[in-house]
Amino acid sequence: MSKILFSPTLAVTALSAGLAFAQAPDQADEIIRGRYQAILGDCAACHTAPGAKPLSGGLPLETPFGQIIPPNITPDKASGIGNWTEADFRNALKNGIGHDGKRLYPAMPYPAYTKMTDRDIGNLWSYLRTVDPVFNPVESNQLPFPFNIRLSMMGWNMLNFTPGEFRPDPSKSPEWNRGAYIVQGPGHCGTCHSPKTVLGADKTSEALEGTSLQGWYAPNITGNSYIGVGSWSEEQIVQYLKTGTNGHTIASGPMAEAIQASTSLMTDEDVHAIATYLKSTQGGPAQKPQPIPASDARMKVGAAIYHDTCSACHGGDGKGANQLFPALAGSTIVQQPSAETLARLVLQGSQAVHTPQAKTTPAMPSLGWKLSDEQVAAVLTYVRNSWGNAAPSVGASDIGAQR
Amino acid sequence: MTTILPRKDVVIVGLGWTGAILAHELTEDGLDVVAIERGPWRDTATDFNIGYVQDELRYGIRRDLFLQPTVEAMTMRNNTSQTALPMRDYGSFLPGNGVGGAGVHWNGHTWRFWDSDFQIADHLRDRYGAARIQDLQLQNWGVTGAEMEKSFDRFEYLAGISGKAGNINGQIQEGGNPFEDPRSRDYPLPPLQMTYAPTLFAEVTKSLNLHPFPTPAANLSKDYINPLGIAMGECTMCGFCERFGCANYSKSSAQTTILPVLMKKKNFEVRTESEVLHVDLDASKKHARGVTYVNTSGEEFFQPADIVLLCAYGLHNVRLMMLSGIGQIYDPNTGEGTVGRNYCYQTNAGAQVFFDDKNFNPFVAAGALGQTVDDYNGDAFDHGPLDFVGGAGINCIPSNGRPIQTRPTPPGTPRWGSDWKKATVKAYKSTLGFSSQGSSYPTRGNYLDLDPTYTDRFGRPLLRFTFDFPDNDIRMSNWVSDRMEDIAKAFGGRQYTNTRRKKGWDSVPYQSTHNTGGAIMGTDPKTSAVNKYLQSWDVANVFVVGASAFAHNAGKNPTGTVGALAYHAADAIRQQYLRNPGQPLVSA
Repeated sequence: MSKILFSPTLAVTALSAGLAFAQAPDQADEIIRGRYQAILGDCAACHTAPGAKPLSGGLPLETPFGQIIPPNITPDKASGIGNWTEADFRNALKNGIGHDGKRLYPAMPYPAYTKMTDRDIGNLWSYLRTVDPVFNPVESNQLPFPFNIRLSMMGWNMLNFTPGEFRPDPSKSPEWNRGAYIVQGPGHCGTCHSPKTVLGADKTSEALEGTSLQGWYAPNITGNSYIGVGSWSEEQIVQYLKTGTNGHTIASGPMAEAIQASTSLMTDEDVHAIATYLKSTQGGPAQKPQPIPASDARMKVGAAIYHDTCSACHGGDGKGANQLFPALAGSTIVQQPSAETLARLVLQGSQAVHTPQAKTTPAMPSLGWKLSDEQVAAVLTYVRNSWGNAAPSVGASDIGAQR
Repeated sequence: MTTILPRKDVVIVGLGWTGAILAHELTEDGLDVVAIERGPWRDTATDFNIGYVQDELRYGIRRDLFLQPTVEAMTMRNNTSQTALPMRDYGSFLPGNGVGGAGVHWNGHTWRFWDSDFQIADHLRDRYGAARIQDLQLQNWGVTGAEMEKSFDRFEYLAGISGKAGNINGQIQEGGNPFEDPRSRDYPLPPLQMTYAPTLFAEVTKSLNLHPFPTPAANLSKDYINPLGIAMGECTMCGFCERFGCANYSKSSAQTTILPVLMKKKNFEVRTESEVLHVDLDASKKHARGVTYVNTSGEEFFQPADIVLLCAYGLHNVRLMMLSGIGQIYDPNTGEGTVGRNYCYQTNAGAQVFFDDKNFNPFVAAGALGQTVDDYNGDAFDHGPLDFVGGAGINCIPSNGRPIQTRPTPPGTPRWGSDWKKATVKAYKSTLGFSSQGSSYPTRGNYLDLDPTYTDRFGRPLLRFTFDFPDNDIRMSNWVSDRMEDIAKAFGGRQYTNTRRKKGWDSVPYQSTHNTGGAIMGTDPKTSAVNKYLQSWDVANVFVVGASAFAHNAGKNPTGTVGALAYHAADAIRQQYLRNPGQPLVSA
């Protein structure tokens, strides 16, 4: 699933291509800045399928409304955006309206990109013009009736979409404002991490408080002290975004892809800014619930399974091992309101992200073949309520739904 | 029909320890490298899943990770007057199969051979006179201990070895092995925490004025990040090392120390389930063009390459050379030919002490968690008044307490039935075992060649063993067994057994997978197949890396020296060969 797109070779190609037709050093700078915008926005995550040419169209996105296939955004005239103008592109990002007035679906996160500055969008456009054109026709709209009617997005936008560029808060530091800009704008963190309304829009009042997404639970990333990043130091957030591991946790699943293709390639200043901003946000329950007592029957069963099956790696004390086995004690992922991610990890297993600073790529083995729904539920209930952790119990039906 | 593939800079046969080390080293120089591996891809979470990896029946008894005789069998006889017959099953030794090779299922004992091994012929001749070794075909390896030090060091730091140095730059270190050669620094990790049996063994052997020390272990005593940036975890002492893959990233292998980095390199590729049939030579027979291999669908491919590295299990390296016409096959009658020469094994014996009042909890164990005494190993002691050369390490390494195979019973116990059951219950926790791992020295009549009768599924002749324990080695082993009897008595248990090595190698019961030699390194192309850099004397763009290069086998496990030789060869290729490709690094 790795989607490393912005290889050094490509950067050089992009640069020389830009120079070749522009003959202007200014434009080369623009393209380099635009390439960085593509990293911030992680365009490749959706628009490049594994093993395919960069930005030539992605794998289907599963939305609650049906499938959408991310289109080809290379400059190919027949199947990409070769016929678009910069104004078209700007209109798409700012207003969700594409070439020829076609309404975009908000799976394309224009509600976030609308906050991008004109300069950043202009740079990104310059960069996209230098990508190799690829002929690959993609019919994005795979939605069933009535969602397949693009015009319906007009109504959606009226209800859910506030266009307009990011407005800095003058009472906050430049670093905070930079972080807020990346998180809310090009980084579009809320697209995965913010709960959604029934219409699939971000619930702005609950921004970044965590939600289900394609079989994973994208956790709370506000400054909440026990299920958000409040207990992490700024340095630990930076380390996580740069390397995928920080002594508290190890990234896998969709965040592994975001780290590999986007956050690990961001500048140190930008990642620090993100950390500053995230730590300042608040969201989710302020009070930790009471843990389920160890004497509870589910906890006893869970403890037995844990010591038999899990403790060899995660430790009897749930502390794990740096860069290899994530700590479960004090883990924010473990204590999210939903155990969806945990169930998935136990049932299917998962492999950690590979970054230049964290190369091991250890993997959680699949244990779904061995443990029944009841057993998985019990061990997760145990893990979520041991060593100082506290979170709602997990039911066998929650596990069955994930198989 | 053979499909001709695009050329590569380097083709590697086998992706185990040596293949992975060389692939990593050569890709660092920007070379385009492909490894061709006969067995399957293997990966920790998928193939050594913590949920089933401790299945003793599947892995320990049915030997799931090993080479099966249907894929490749071998024939054996004890001497040239016999007709060799195929082994119907692997027993005495168990070659690995698949990515990681035998490095997946090893116990993790990680030794350095000594300078007195590398220069064995000179050393013993100088000390005891030529007559003492006249029945043996002992040869110098062409390297010195000092020359190999940095390669040993690199392998130990790659693998995160747990141990205690005995000699740092000539300074003897308390608690380490005082007989080892000087090393430049201590092991990367401290020794494993000892369990009861080796602790008691250390006390008893110390009381006999011997020098016990913690066995250097590739089972990690602490979390570790190796020089490639790969993290490994502290060993949980589950006791499922030998014959098993490690589920906890705690046993060093290609998987846990190299592959996470190697597999991400754009200039590296591995093709699994692809068996190399032979190395293709040009008309001069002095230059390799590449290798021919076949995949599981029976399709044949020719992979052209500038450098061919034979990094399969040592026995397979030797057979591939023979099947490819690289060098001349050894003939014991004339002593001519080098490929197949100086095949050696290991000369082992064991002792058990039965107690009434002790509980060793044998299931708390790791493959190399134990204590060793080297007072009677190699030439650490004076052989002047004795009638043999060589020696043995004496090891108390209770590597496991697995339920099917750990069934010690005192002599006189019935072999089945309720009395047997009662006896195993009583003896399981209260028995201490220790063993000698003895050297194996070459003789003119112990060798490998191609079987004249039996062939594999592709019609290629099988490898034939002609081997028996040399008289020198039997005398050595028995003398060490006498010393072990002294130790066994000193334990003061209820009773003890002392099983001695006898003449007549039997390929059925498991003994050791330390098969060495057959493509040995040396200084003279008349008596060695490869030079001191493991480069074929006959085909300069072929290197043959592994225990096949050992000119004899010491009383130690081979992997540490195999890993060091891989780095030694890699350095020679990177620093010398690539400047002048196709040329011999040592003139004959």
